[in-house]
Amino acid sequence: MNIPADLKYTQSHEWVKQEADGTVTIGITDHAQEALGDIVFLELPEPGLMVKVGEECAVVESVKAASDIYAPLAGEVVARNEDAMGAPESVNQDAYAAWLFRLKPANPADLSLLLDAAAYEKVATE
Amino acid sequence: MIQRTPLYDSHLAAHGRIVNFADWEMPINYGSQIEEHHAVRQDAGMFDVSHMLAIDLTGGESQAFLRHLLANDVAKLTVPGKALYSCLLQEDGGVIDDLIVYFFTPTHYRIVVNAGTAEKDLGWMQLQAADFAVSLKPRRDLAMIAVQGPQARERFWTAFPASRVTSEALVPFQAAEWNDWLIARTGYTGEDGFEIAVPATAAAAVWEKLVAAGIRPCGLGARDTLRLEAGMNLYGQDMDETQNPLESGLTWTVDFKDASRDFIGKSALAGRRDAGNLRSFLGLVLLDKGVLRAHQKVVTAQGAGEITSGSFSPTLNQSIALARLPGGVAAGDLVEVAVRDKLLRAKVVKPTFVRHGKSLI
Repeated sequence: MNIPADLKYTQSHEWVKQEADGTVTIGITDHAQEALGDIVFLELPEPGLMVKVGEECAVVESVKAASDIYAPLAGEVVARNEDAMGAPESVNQDAYAAWLFRLKPANPADLSLLLDAAAYEKVATE
Repeated sequence: MIQRTPLYDSHLAAHGRIVNFADWEMPINYGSQIEEHHAVRQDAGMFDVSHMLAIDLTGGESQAFLRHLLANDVAKLTVPGKALYSCLLQEDGGVIDDLIVYFFTPTHYRIVVNAGTAEKDLGWMQLQAADFAVSLKPRRDLAMIAVQGPQARERFWTAFPASRVTSEALVPFQAAEWNDWLIARTGYTGEDGFEIAVPATAAAAVWEKLVAAGIRPCGLGARDTLRLEAGMNLYGQDMDETQNPLESGLTWTVDFKDASRDFIGKSALAGRRDAGNLRSFLGLVLLDKGVLRAHQKVVTAQGAGEITSGSFSPTLNQSIALARLPGGVAAGDLVEVAVRDKLLRAKVVKPTFVRHGKSLI
C-alpha cells in the first residue's frame, strides 16, 4: 500500500502535507482513490472559505458514487487545484501529486493530532 | 447467505475487485470501470451473469401459464429460440421483476430473472402455477456469460469456431441450442453480442477461451453505465413493487392487444391508463458540471420529479440519468436537478443515450 511516510493522515482517508510557508496541502490517499474507482468530477472549496475541523468542504465523484471530503484542520482555504478539476482522473493516476486544496490552519500545532503513516496504514487495512 | 458464481476464482485471478451484489460476491471492476466500458462500446467485453437465475418451464399448459403470468404476450413468440422481455407484475400492477423469456416450443420455455429477486420470483411463479399443468425447474447448475460489443460475435467464434454454424443466423432476441449450451443474441449494453448459458462445470474453461480470444472481462460497474447509456431499466432502481410499468418507460412491454387475455395486473394497469395523467419516464443530460445520482430531485415547470438512475456516461463524457417526471414533461424541456446545495441545469431527452457505439442525443 502506497502511504508516504512524510505525510499526515485522517481516519476519513485524506492526506495532509505541511508546506514551508505554514499552509497545509490536502488530498485523498491512494487507498481512497482505489476504493472510489474512476474519478470523474471534483467539487473543491473556493479560496477564502473558513472551515471547521471535520467539516465537509469538498466532494470527489467517481462513476460509482459521490464521496465527501472533510477538513482535517480548521482554517482558511487559500488555494484549490484547478488543474485537477479539469482532469479529475489525475487523482486516480497519482493521488499524492493531484492535491485538492490548501488551508492556512487556524492552529498549526493541531497538525500533530493527525495520524502518522503507520497509524493510517492500520485504518486503511481494517 | 453470501453466494459465489462458478467464475469466482477466475475473477480473483484477473484481479477483480469483489463487492457484495444482492448477496453475491461479484466483480465491480478489474481495474478501470471506464476502460471496461469503452472495451464494450469499441471492441468486446464480457460479464459473468451467473448470479441471474435461469428457470426452465415445461408442461402442456406452459403457454397459457405465461400468458397469465406475464404482462407481455408470449403468443407473439412463434419462431423457436425467439425471446421476449417482460415484467412480472403484482395484481396491483407493481413490478415484481423484469425478465427475458425464451420460446422453444409451446410446452417448453426458459425464463431468466434477476439475482436479487430470484427466490421471490420463483415463489410467486410456483404459487401461480398451481392451476396449470406446468413444471418450473431452477437451473443453478448453469453459468451464464454475456459477451458484448461490436466485435463480440467474431471473437466468440474465434474462441468457439464450431458454434458459428448454429449462432451466425440468429437475429437479435433469438437463441439456439448448441450441444449443452444455449447461445442467445441478447444483452444489456446496447451493443451486439451473445449471452450464453453453459454447464457450471465448464464455465471457467469457457471464460479462459474467451479471454484468449481478446474479450475483456468487465465488472458490474461497466455493466451499469452501459445499460444506463442504452436507456435500459435496472430493477430495484428504476422500477419495483411500488411502481407500475406504464410510469417506468415500459409501456411497450405491456400487451393489451388480445382482449381475451387476462394477465396478472391487467385490470389495475388498465384503470391507471384510463385515469390518465401518467408520469413520464425520460432521460436527462446534465448541462452543468457534476454527476446525477438516483433519488435527486428534479424541478420542472410541471412540478417535482425524481432521478431513478444516474451516473457519468463514459461515451458522452457527461452525466446522464433516468427520471420519473410529472406528466407533460417532454423531450427537449430544460429542467433543474438539486445536487447538494445547488440547482444544476439538465435537458430532458428520450431515454436512449447511446446505441451501437453512437450518441443519440
